[in-house]
This record gives sequence, structure tokens and C-alpha cells, in this order.
Amino acid sequence: MFDFLDGYDVLGAFWTTVQLTLLAAAGSLIWGTLLAAMRVGPVPLMRGFGTAYVNIVRNIPLTVIILFSSLGLYSTLGISLGAGDIVKTANFRLAVLGLIVYTSAFVCEAIRSGINTVPVGQAEAARALGLSFTQVLFVVVLPQAFRAAVGPLTNVLIALTKNTTVAAAIGVGEAALLMKDMVEKEAQLLLISAIIAFGFCCLTLPTGLILGWVGKKVAVKR
Amino acid sequence: MTNVSVAKEDVAASDDLVVLKSVNKHFGALHVLQDIDLTIARGEVVVVIGPSGSGKSTLCRTINRLETIDSGAITIDGKALPHEGRELARLRADVGMVFQSFNLFAHKTVLENVMLGQLKVRKADKKQAEEKARALLDRVGVGTQADKYPAQLSGGQQQRVAIARALAMGPKVMLFDEPTSALDPEMINEVLEVMQQLAREGMTMIVVTHEMGFARSAANRVVFMADGRIVEQAAPDQFFSNPRSDRAKDFLSKILHH
Repeated sequence: MFDFLDGYDVLGAFWTTVQLTLLAAAGSLIWGTLLAAMRVGPVPLMRGFGTAYVNIVRNIPLTVIILFSSLGLYSTLGISLGAGDIVKTANFRLAVLGLIVYTSAFVCEAIRSGINTVPVGQAEAARALGLSFTQVLFVVVLPQAFRAAVGPLTNVLIALTKNTTVAAAIGVGEAALLMKDMVEKEAQLLLISAIIAFGFCCLTLPTGLILGWVGKKVAVKR
Repeated sequence: MTNVSVAKEDVAASDDLVVLKSVNKHFGALHVLQDIDLTIARGEVVVVIGPSGSGKSTLCRTINRLETIDSGAITIDGKALPHEGRELARLRADVGMVFQSFNLFAHKTVLENVMLGQLKVRKADKKQAEEKARALLDRVGVGTQADKYPAQLSGGQQQRVAIARALAMGPKVMLFDEPTSALDPEMINEVLEVMQQLAREGMTMIVVTHEMGFARSAANRVVFMADGRIVEQAAPDQFFSNPRSDRAKDFLSKILHH
């Protein structure tokens, strides 16, 4: 029944999916945290930038962002993120960039919701000790905010895992592109869809379970 | 009482540490602080009392600029209170603050709570910071709880840790914003005892409280506030036995007969 799979590198495609997910997750966690820091900070210009960024980016379809990365940045402006003329590498990197740009808006909001769970008194006590704004944020507020934000961040990570399929639009050889390829060549539509769906469940279900456990484990007791 | 008189002698010999000059503050239409003039000398223990909403907590919080003021001037140890930024952080490090709701850092152990300011603000050596933290925790009687998290401690223990955390910075003055108001009655005394000990050792303290017993036994001066103004200030004996203003008489008649 699975004979038709012989000519395809299913594991390889899913490995690309995993790579896209992990790289974009790391990037958007960093950028999203900085955006959240800007949005709660005292500098009006940064607050404005953070707010504008989140509201603009999260309302643009991911496909548009990914396509712009490839057509706009690469084809038109020649920005290849160090990949030179190797189109495949360039597209992979641009897809990661697009995913980071998009996902960080959601990461920012998840972290901001976490910040809102930290009582004002925590920051006041830190300020009263003489900590600077950055110290208050990174030593006292954010560590507690992250613990409260594990749940929302898990949702973002699962969404990101599935969103990597959009990278197929610019020819990154991940699971969805493989599926398109297989559907065109094989007469096994249902089975192919089921295999790909199963593959994604294998990635996202453990993510949800493990992070759910982590969230409980690190929760701050008050 | 003998200890208090010792502290009073210190006062006479030293200069003014905290000076508030015609300080005004509004919360919207509410004029919470109205032309407050208050001078606290080095080593003095000043207790601020008054009905709810009289502005006493706000007064306490303006002194390390957790609340900004609309007009007037506040100086600490001769220096005007800076605006936001590094200067302000430096000043706050010299002003210890104890809150009604303790506000211990919930994600850090008791020991880490007391070490944090030393490490991040004073840039102290880790080993020395730990030694100092443990000594302070012993001093306030919670040395055995050092490795627990705040949520595992009783309110009284948490508040004593909070006092140790503030003391770890080696402050010039300590502000107490209703330190016993969130405590179960049985835990109030353990906190007051620590504060009394501090007062005896000559720490300059500004204490907003409803604990009249503490005011009587530890304060050099009682400041009575009502409706955003300082209505009366006097030595505790004089204030409690013979208040001059009607507002203070009314307030005392309501709280002392229960």
C-alpha cells in the first residue's frame, strides 16, 4: 500500500519543516520579546513602533509576507541573506525570515499577556531597590511573564509549525511542497493527505503535551 | 522607652535627612497631598497616621518617587529627588521601602530576594552578598527559610524577608507603607518587633501605620494626616494623651475605644 512512497523523501521533507519551525521559533522568540519590551517601555517612540509593528504585521496574510520575502527581497532587491546565487538556500532563509517577522507579532502579544499577570508590586519593589528599567524588566518581570505565557506561547508554536507549510509557496522543500508533488504524480490523494496530516500531528501533539507539562512545572506560586 | 530617648539625642546632633517642601499632588480632581511640609532628621522615627484616603501612603511613596509630585520639592540627604533615569535608581537604592503586600519576587527564593539588589545594583561579590543576606535573614528571624520561595512563607515571615531585602542595600532611610495591614493579627507583632529593633539601632524610619502601640513605643514623632494635609505633629505621648486638633481628637476617639 505504501509502495508509492519509495521515490519520495518524506522524512527529509519533514526535517525541513522541523528546521523551519525551530529557527523561526528561536528568532521570533527573541524579536517578539524585544517588541514586548518596547511596548511596555517608557519611551514613546519605541512604544509606538512596537504597537504599529504588531498591528500591521499580524493583519497581513503570511502568504503575502513569504511571497514578498522571495519576490520583493530576493528577486527585486537581491537580498539573499548570504546565500548568493543558490536559490534553494536563499528561499529557505527568506522563508525563515518571513516566519520570524510574522510570528514575532503573536509572540509579542503572548508575552505581553504574561506581563499583565505579574502584579504591579513586583516591578515597584524592584524599582524601589534601585534597579534600572531594563533590569526590572529582564530580571523581575519577564522571567515571571514567560512562566505565565507558556500556554499562549505553545499555541503560537503549534500555529508556527503548521504555518511553515506556506513556505511551499516559494519552493522550500518542506512537507507541504512534497505533498503537492505527490498529489500531482500519484493516485493516492487520501492516503497522501493522511500521511502528511499524521506527520504534523507527530510534531505538534508532543509539543502541546510537553509544553503543557512545562507550563505547570514552572508556574509561579503566589 | 529608654532607647527612644537615646534616639532623640541622636536627632539633636544630626542634620535633616528627608525634607519635603510644599509638596502638592493630584489624582485627577482629587488633591491628595496639599502643601505638605515635613522634615525628618537623621535617626528619627516618624509615624504617619490618619484615616484612609488621607494621603499618608501617597506621601510615603512620593519620597522615593514611586509617585511623582505636581509641585514642591523633596530632598534626601541634601540632594533633590532626580527625575527618571540612573540618578533616580541610585537614590532609590539608598531608600529602603517595605510594602503593605510584601512584594517579594515570587520567582526567586528568599535568599535570592535579599541578594538581588546587592548583586544587580551594588555590584557586590556573590559570596559577600550571600553572607550579608544570610546574616540579615538571621537577624529578622527567618534564617532557616532562606531556600524557600515566598509563597511557602507566612505573611509575617514574608514581611520580615522584605525588611531584610531593603536593609541589604544599606539604606539611609527606611519607608514602611502600612507594613502590617495585610497581616493576620497573630503575625503583626513579629514584624513590629523587627521594626522596633531597627528603631532602637538608630535607623531613620518613616512608618505609615495603624498600629498605635508601635507609634507610642517606637516613634519620636507622630504626624497626623487628614484630607491630604498634615493636621498635627507631636511627640507620641503628647499626641495620644492630648491631641490639639479636633480632627485628631475625633480620629483617636474612634480607634482607641475598641
